[in-house]
Amino acid sequence: MKIAIASGKGGTGKTFVATNLFYVAAKEGRQVTLTDCDAEEPNVSVFIQGKTIEEKLVSQNLAVIDPQLCIYCGKCRDWCEYNAIVCLEEQRKIYLLDDLCHDCGACLVACPVGAITEKERRLGVITTAITKKNNVLIEARADVGVYSSVPVIKAALAKSGHPPLLLLDAPPGISCPFIATVAPADFVILVTEPTPFGLNDLSLSVQTLEQLNKPFGVVVNRDGLGDEKVYHWLEEKGIPLLMKIPFDKKIAEIYARGHLPAAEDETYKKHFVEILQKVEELCEK
Amino acid sequence: MRKIKQISVLSGKGGTGKTSLVAAFATLAQDPVIADCDVDAANLYLVLHPENYKEDAFVSGHSAVIDYDLCTHCGLCMTYCRFDAIDRKQEEGFPKGKITIDEINCDGCRLCSRICPEEAIIMVPEDRSRWFIGNYRNGNMVHARLAPGEENSGKLVSKVRELAKETAEEAGTDLIIIDGPPGTGCSAIASLTGTDKVLIVTEPTESGLHDLKRIAELAGKFKVERYVVINKYDLNQKMTEAIKEWCKQENIPIPALIPFDPEIVHAMVQCKSITEWAPESSVSKIIKELYEYL
Repeated sequence: MKIAIASGKGGTGKTFVATNLFYVAAKEGRQVTLTDCDAEEPNVSVFIQGKTIEEKLVSQNLAVIDPQLCIYCGKCRDWCEYNAIVCLEEQRKIYLLDDLCHDCGACLVACPVGAITEKERRLGVITTAITKKNNVLIEARADVGVYSSVPVIKAALAKSGHPPLLLLDAPPGISCPFIATVAPADFVILVTEPTPFGLNDLSLSVQTLEQLNKPFGVVVNRDGLGDEKVYHWLEEKGIPLLMKIPFDKKIAEIYARGHLPAAEDETYKKHFVEILQKVEELCEK
Repeated sequence: MRKIKQISVLSGKGGTGKTSLVAAFATLAQDPVIADCDVDAANLYLVLHPENYKEDAFVSGHSAVIDYDLCTHCGLCMTYCRFDAIDRKQEEGFPKGKITIDEINCDGCRLCSRICPEEAIIMVPEDRSRWFIGNYRNGNMVHARLAPGEENSGKLVSKVRELAKETAEEAGTDLIIIDGPPGTGCSAIASLTGTDKVLIVTEPTESGLHDLKRIAELAGKFKVERYVVINKYDLNQKMTEAIKEWCKQENIPIPALIPFDPEIVHAMVQCKSITEWAPESSVSKIIKELYEYL
């Protein structure tokens, strides 16, 4: 089973839920993999460490235009949907804007004289680590300055394979990196907070998942800090509430140190075991 | 023409308090233009309640769709597609299998549509995203809504930035404040380029520091003047010290430390900025001083 942990708003506690779920699943003796797909800001390794067994570079193809062969016809520029090619016909100048190239290959097909080849460009790195109990941690980490983390996320998902239980820590937002992460998931846990910002972004995530036809449930983090509107909204929409995590300075303090509440507090451990059970029940329905 | 000063507020890690801080600045500033560039999760309008006077659709990209009246299922498109978006599926009535396009994987590069010998692939614009320009109590605000599932938030951020600049020029104001997205990808880059100053909002946690390092590196690459504020600094003094130490090494000034105050959340629940909700509170005073400093 593949479970993605996601939220529209950043900082609601995705990684918090993902790492604690991983901890309780491993504690129960299950074979579990946790893949950190928040490639722009991967944080799982702050909380759970393992022994690194592999580091794999992720790269894309980048077009290289040979000015000797180029006839400055501008066809490659016209075919590039990403405005990555600047061609000045009269001045006989042509440039590629590396960051905008999506590795689609259209310019190669467009060029009538074969002046375009490709080279590799590094985008990030996929790290695989093993915990003491032989569970797997995979991290997608995009290089700083890389425009799209999607190829790095896809490489991490491919690396993850199909273990009995796969947890995916998703990036925030509702655009391409989020969609790439939830696409293979059987179930999505949306984490929100009981504030107007949290609710607004939750509703956007819900709309997106409905379009993708993904089953999902909600965890409300920092319960008691804001208002009650999110609970009314969930009830109205018939969306399952998987858990309320109370706003508790003790929890914030444990987590800020880079530790896991499920490892240090029995009540929280029980809560996270219950979330896993609920998700599995919902998936079977 | 007067120089327009642009300040962006970013954080790397989400949920550190960017929007609450920008909301406070927006209600302290005289006649600024506010640009909400967190188009994936735009929340600032909930506090500023702008009255929109201009809005339009935004084409975020195109997606390929097969016209089955023309398609011969030759599969040429499949060999060209680099995004694994085209597949041949076994289906009754299709001896060779049916060619299908997966909307999620399609990147909109148009190559399949260009090379199809039957001209059977049409590019459909994705135009459900919208941008808005409005008035709020202290000035103008530009914001946008990325339609769920649509791509290219970086392009939409660039559009918001462009509109903010036009609006500032028309209104004759010289300050643009940008509420940025989390992360370090296309939308963060688009929120950062060409700004004068970036204020990085962090929190005293291991992940806060980790993400601060990445966004500070990004801002350094674009040679933007960097400042850091530590929000909720009193929740973990040890991490606060670690962040201070790192900023000192990097020569990044920390003009403010903001304590944890539940009033910030109360203000948000009331859809007000903290400086409007509790102007005399110590948090509001710190934020006012920070604003003056910037």
